[in-house]
Amino acid sequence: MYQSLAWATSLVVMAVVAIVFLYFVASSRTRADDGAHTASARWRSGIFWGLSIAFVPLIGYSLVDMPYPLPGNASANPIVVQAVGRQWSWTLSQDHFPAGRTIEFHVTADDVNHGFGIYDDHLRLVTQTQAMPGYTNILRHTFATPGTYRVLCLEYCGLAHYAMMTQFTVEAASVAQSPEVRHD
Amino acid sequence: MTDTTTVARATPEVRLYAALTGIVLLLLMLFGVLMRLAQSEWMTIGPDRFYQLMTAHGIGMVAIATLGGSAVLWHFLGQHVALRRGAAIANLAFFLAGVAVVLWSIFAGGFAGAWTFLYPLPAHPMGMWTRGAAAGYLVGVLLVGVGMLVFFLETTRAILQRYGSFAVALGWKMLRSGDKRDAPPPAVLAGTVVSIANLLAVFAGAAILTMMLINLYLPQFAISALLAKNLIYFFGHVAINATIYMAVIAVYEILPRYTGHPWGVYRAFVLAWNATLLMVLVVYPHHLLMDFAMPLWAVIMGQVVSYTSSLPVLAVTLVGTLANIHRSGIRWDLTSGLLVLSIFGWSAGIVPAVIDGTIAINQVMHNTLWVPGHFHFYLLIGCVAMILAFINWLSHEQAPARFGVLQGGLFWLYALSALGFVLMFLYSGHASVPRRFAVHLPEWQGYDRIASGFALLVLAAATLIVLPAVLRIAGGRGSGARAAGT
Repeated sequence: MYQSLAWATSLVVMAVVAIVFLYFVASSRTRADDGAHTASARWRSGIFWGLSIAFVPLIGYSLVDMPYPLPGNASANPIVVQAVGRQWSWTLSQDHFPAGRTIEFHVTADDVNHGFGIYDDHLRLVTQTQAMPGYTNILRHTFATPGTYRVLCLEYCGLAHYAMMTQFTVEAASVAQSPEVRHD
Repeated sequence: MTDTTTVARATPEVRLYAALTGIVLLLLMLFGVLMRLAQSEWMTIGPDRFYQLMTAHGIGMVAIATLGGSAVLWHFLGQHVALRRGAAIANLAFFLAGVAVVLWSIFAGGFAGAWTFLYPLPAHPMGMWTRGAAAGYLVGVLLVGVGMLVFFLETTRAILQRYGSFAVALGWKMLRSGDKRDAPPPAVLAGTVVSIANLLAVFAGAAILTMMLINLYLPQFAISALLAKNLIYFFGHVAINATIYMAVIAVYEILPRYTGHPWGVYRAFVLAWNATLLMVLVVYPHHLLMDFAMPLWAVIMGQVVSYTSSLPVLAVTLVGTLANIHRSGIRWDLTSGLLVLSIFGWSAGIVPAVIDGTIAINQVMHNTLWVPGHFHFYLLIGCVAMILAFINWLSHEQAPARFGVLQGGLFWLYALSALGFVLMFLYSGHASVPRRFAVHLPEWQGYDRIASGFALLVLAAATLIVLPAVLRIAGGRGSGARAAGT
């Protein structure tokens, strides 16, 4: 999951940076002659260009996975849900979905900017988009796991921003298709 | 290359800027501590007061980091070009007037639209503030912006008068000739970049502030919410990054006085600063990655440039700092320690920032506590450490003795508590805790309480660093007029 990847990567790289600093601080206590210091200045450009080049492949790879509604990630038969934010509540056109189907949230706002953040029942952020007055952002997501999901507001919108929540249910595909439950 | 032996006496306006920056920093840090205590439920603060504190903390930190960075820039740029004191005084007058109006709008008028004042929130208070308070906030920020305009027009004028053109001041002449004698001093190079970037930022900021002021009183004058976001984040991103680009001049100018090795201006250094000027102006869409209405090319540019823009200046400064201290026999004291710490904070803090600038990761990190985690990292341990180092350096008549137990303890208290504080933000963001929630769910309060402990320690350490230095400056002692470490 991306959160764990981000945390682990950050810790490792930051630790490396810290170790490099500690090494150089330790080396700073003795003074070399000027010739040695001039030599140390020569590798500055090399390190600079090395660091720069190392970033290039990372940039390309990181653009592979994008959440935007592009033709490549469209579903043939999505469930379309209208999601509207206003100070300080959410309105969803339906709140029961089957797992395994692509849900296409059409997200907008009536008044000010809000953030449409979907949390799973372990309070882990699953996906999000902004809810903006005058614009409709299309957020596609396929819920693999049944459960109760919460929508939290992720853009500051005034006094009760922290309390602007709603929830919906994702049911196992077989349950969702039974006649007792709501269909899209 | 930077002269390591002499520096002119600090002018009264620089001393005033520095002292004011120190005191206001402490006050704004206190606001931050109060917010973390409230989220921990160790202190009861109503959501209205919480969001007022949040608004004051945010806009205040941007403004005071700008003032502190301006003190560093003015002091060292003034060694190379003829600056007119009236501009610095006018800037301070506009700053104080703007701050007074902003404080009135927040704590008397109840304005709590966050420092980013995203359109159209100021016009939708839901009973929390009056229209007059919203207008006051916008006018106050505009006044601070007018001060910046005067200040950076003056730095630009002085640079052009001394160097003749931007091309020379930006080091293009040196790039063509390869002759290091054509290289501008670091303070001039950085000062030129910051002046150009901040003037453009002020124009964008003034445009959206004015449009929103009109909209407050003429609602039929509607603005695109997306256009407003673009203007606000362009202005905000450039302004906050410029604080680091100004404050880092303290590293270029002061650290060599401790090591005895001049700060080299070489081709990659000049190229890096020029690249940064371009990239800091176009990277802001990385704040809008979750605005799916943005053009695809713009958000991809936001990610790509957020990867590359973090590199040039940081890399040359990081490598330059390590090379400068390496086997230098540096004299370690609070100033030199904070300067080196600041480059660590900037370098390490960029890591979670770049990661957050990745579109796929931003989708599960945007507007969680990961965001204040990374910006507090490179601001608290980076920019603020640079400013604290400058204030401390300015306050000493003579180079202080090497680290004693007290100074050493204070340094490590600040460094480790700030590190703990920002790591708790990052850990909370990794656990999906949203930012800007006045009330936290019980599941999140454990993180908040650990963070609150660190926050109290940061405030204590900063107070013990700032107050003695400000008292020395206010008492007329200290000048920066010595070759520290020699």
